[in-house]
Amino acid sequence: MSSPALQVEHVAKRFGALTALRDVTLHLDRGEVLGLIGDNGAGKSTLIKILCGYHRPDAGQLSVDGTPVVLRSVDHARSLGIDTVYQGLALVNELSVYHNMFLNRELRIGPLLDNRTMRRRAREHLADMGVTIGDVGVEVAKLSGGQRQAIAVARAVYSDARIILLDEPLAAMGAKEGTQILDLIRALKRRGDVSIIIIAHNYAQVLDVCDRVNLLQHGTVTFDRPTAEVTVEELTDLVVAEYRRGRKE
Amino acid sequence: MTALPATAFTAARRTGTFLVRWREASVLVVALAMAVYFQTSTDGVFLTHDNLRNIAQATAPAAIVAVGIVMLLVNGEIDLSVGVVAALTPFLVHYAVDLYGVPVLPALVLAVAIAAFIGWCNGVIVTKLRVPSLVATLGSYYFLLGVLLTTSDAYPAQIPAAAAGRIQSVLGAADWASLIWCLVVVALFHVVLTRTRWGLHTISVGGNLVGATEAGIRVHRIKIGNFMIAAVLGALAGLLEAFRINSIDPNIGGGTALTFTAISAAVIGGTALAGGSGTVIGALLGALILAELQNGFNLIGVSANPFQLILGGAILLSMIANQYLSRLRRTGAP
Ligand SMILES: Nc1ncnc2c1ncn2[C@@H]1O[C@H](COP(=O)(O)OP(=O)(O)OP(=O)(O)O)[C@@H](O)[C@H]1O
Ligand SMILES: [Mg+2]
Repeated sequence: MSSPALQVEHVAKRFGALTALRDVTLHLDRGEVLGLIGDNGAGKSTLIKILCGYHRPDAGQLSVDGTPVVLRSVDHARSLGIDTVYQGLALVNELSVYHNMFLNRELRIGPLLDNRTMRRRAREHLADMGVTIGDVGVEVAKLSGGQRQAIAVARAVYSDARIILLDEPLAAMGAKEGTQILDLIRALKRRGDVSIIIIAHNYAQVLDVCDRVNLLQHGTVTFDRPTAEVTVEELTDLVVAEYRRGRKE
Repeated sequence: MTALPATAFTAARRTGTFLVRWREASVLVVALAMAVYFQTSTDGVFLTHDNLRNIAQATAPAAIVAVGIVMLLVNGEIDLSVGVVAALTPFLVHYAVDLYGVPVLPALVLAVAIAAFIGWCNGVIVTKLRVPSLVATLGSYYFLLGVLLTTSDAYPAQIPAAAAGRIQSVLGAADWASLIWCLVVVALFHVVLTRTRWGLHTISVGGNLVGATEAGIRVHRIKIGNFMIAAVLGALAGLLEAFRINSIDPNIGGGTALTFTAISAAVIGGTALAGGSGTVIGALLGALILAELQNGFNLIGVSANPFQLILGGAILLSMIANQYLSRLRRTGAP
C-alpha cells in the first residue's frame, strides 16, 4: 500500500499557556477527501495552519508522500504542493479579484506584472467554477461574502496543488454557490490526484462530499470513520454527548 | 419616483470610480488652479522661467522624500527620521572625503549605503522587535540628530572641493537637475507600486497583514525593504539640496521640516494613513502644491506665517476628502 499523501504524527501546539493541540495523529490518503469536524476552538484551524507551514508545531512529525518534512514557511509547503483556503480567506480588499487570485504567485513578464494573462486566467477559472463576477478587475472589497470565499477557493484549486486544505470553505455560501463548490470538490476527487482536507460545521455537507471524517476534541482526534458508516445524527450525538458529559463532571 | 435614487446611485458610483481611478486628477486640478491664481495675482511673475525653476527646486526634494513616505504609508508604516537622514548624508560624504581622503564617488556610494543601513535598522526595530514605527523612527530621529549635531558641531560645512564641477552639477546644482532626479524617482516608483510584485506585496502587507502572511508573503522583508527605500530617497534628497545650495547645512529644515513637508505632500496627494493604498504621482503633485503655495505667497508679499495656516487647512481638507472618497469607493455612495 502506498504511503499517504499527508501523515501527521503526535503533533502538539501551544500558544503561551493555552494548549491548542495536545496530540494529533491523522493521515490523508491520496485522492481522499477528509472531513475534519469539532467544536469552535477545538484547534481545527491551528492544525490546518501547521499543515500549510504557517505555524511550527511544538512537537510531532509531518510526512508528505511518506517523506518526513519540516515545513519552514507557507512558500515551502506550497512548493511541496500544499495549498490552503484560510478561514480568514487571506484576501486583500484593496486589490483586484485577479491580483488576489494570483497573490504571491503573480505572473510576470520580466520585472513587471503580466496583468493581462492573470486577468484572463482568473476570468476562466471563475467561469469554470460557475462563479459569476462581472469584472475581475474590481476590488475585492466590493464583493459579497460568498463571492470572496469563491475567490479564495478558486485560488487554491487552480494552483496545481496536490494537497488542498479548506478551512470552512462553505461558511458564507448560499445554497447554490455551496453546491457549486461541493461539485468542484467532487470533480477534483474524480481527477484522483488531489487529496483534500475540509473543515466544516455542516455535517450533512461533510457526509455528502467526504470519504472519511475525523473529529477533533480537546486537541486530539477522538473519532475516525469512513463517512459511509456514519450518519448526521451519530455525529451530532457524539459531539453533544461529549458536551453533556462535560457538564455533568 | 424609484428611478431617481437609482440614477443618483449609479451617478455617485461612476463619480466614485472616476475619482478613484483618477484620484491624482483632483490634485492636479488644484495644482493647476493655483498656478492660474498666482499667475494673475502676481502679474505674470509666477510662471516665468526663473520662478518655475524656484518652484521646481522646492518641489523636488520634498517629492523625492514623499515617494519613500508613500511606500511606507501604503505598507502601514511611517518614518519620521528621513529628514535627518537627508541632513546627515551630505555630512557623511564630507567626512569621508575631507577627513578620510576617500574619493568622491565611493564616498557618495558609502553615504547612501549608510542611509540604507539606517533604513534597515528602522525596519528591523519595527518588524522583528515589534516597536510601532511612529515611536521607533521618532527614536532614530533624535538619535541621528544627535549624531549629526555632535559630529558637525552644528556648523555648516563646505561641499568637498573634489566634488565641485560636474558631480555637483549633476547632483543638484544645475538648474533643472533636482527636478530631473525627482521625475525619474517618481516614474520609477509609480511603476514599482502599480506594476511590480514588490508594489503588490507592499499593498497587501498594508491592506491585510495577517492575510498577506497567510498567503506566504514575507512581510518583514517587504517592510524592511520599504524602510530602506525611504531612507535612501531621503539621502538622495539631502545630497541634491546640499549640492544645490552649495553648502552642507545641518539644519536643512532642522530635519523635521522636510519630513513633515513630505508627509503633507503624500497626504495631500491622496495617500491614506490606514495602509493598503496610495499614489506616488499624487505625492509629486502634493509637493508641487505646497511649493506653489509657499512661492506664490512669497511673491504676493504675504508673510510666511499664514502659510502654516493654509498648510494645516490643506492637510485637514485632504484627509476629509480622502475619507469621503474611500467611503464612496467602498459603497458607491457617500
Ligand atoms: N495565534 C494564536 N495565538 C493564541 N491563541 C490562538 C492562536 N490561534 C488560535 N488560538 C487559540 O487556539 C485555540 C484553537 O483555535 P482554532 O482557531 O484552531 O479553533 P477552530 O477549531 O478552528 O475553531 P472554529 O471552529 O471557531 O474556527 C483557540 O482557543 C484559540 O483561541
Ligand atoms: Mg477555525
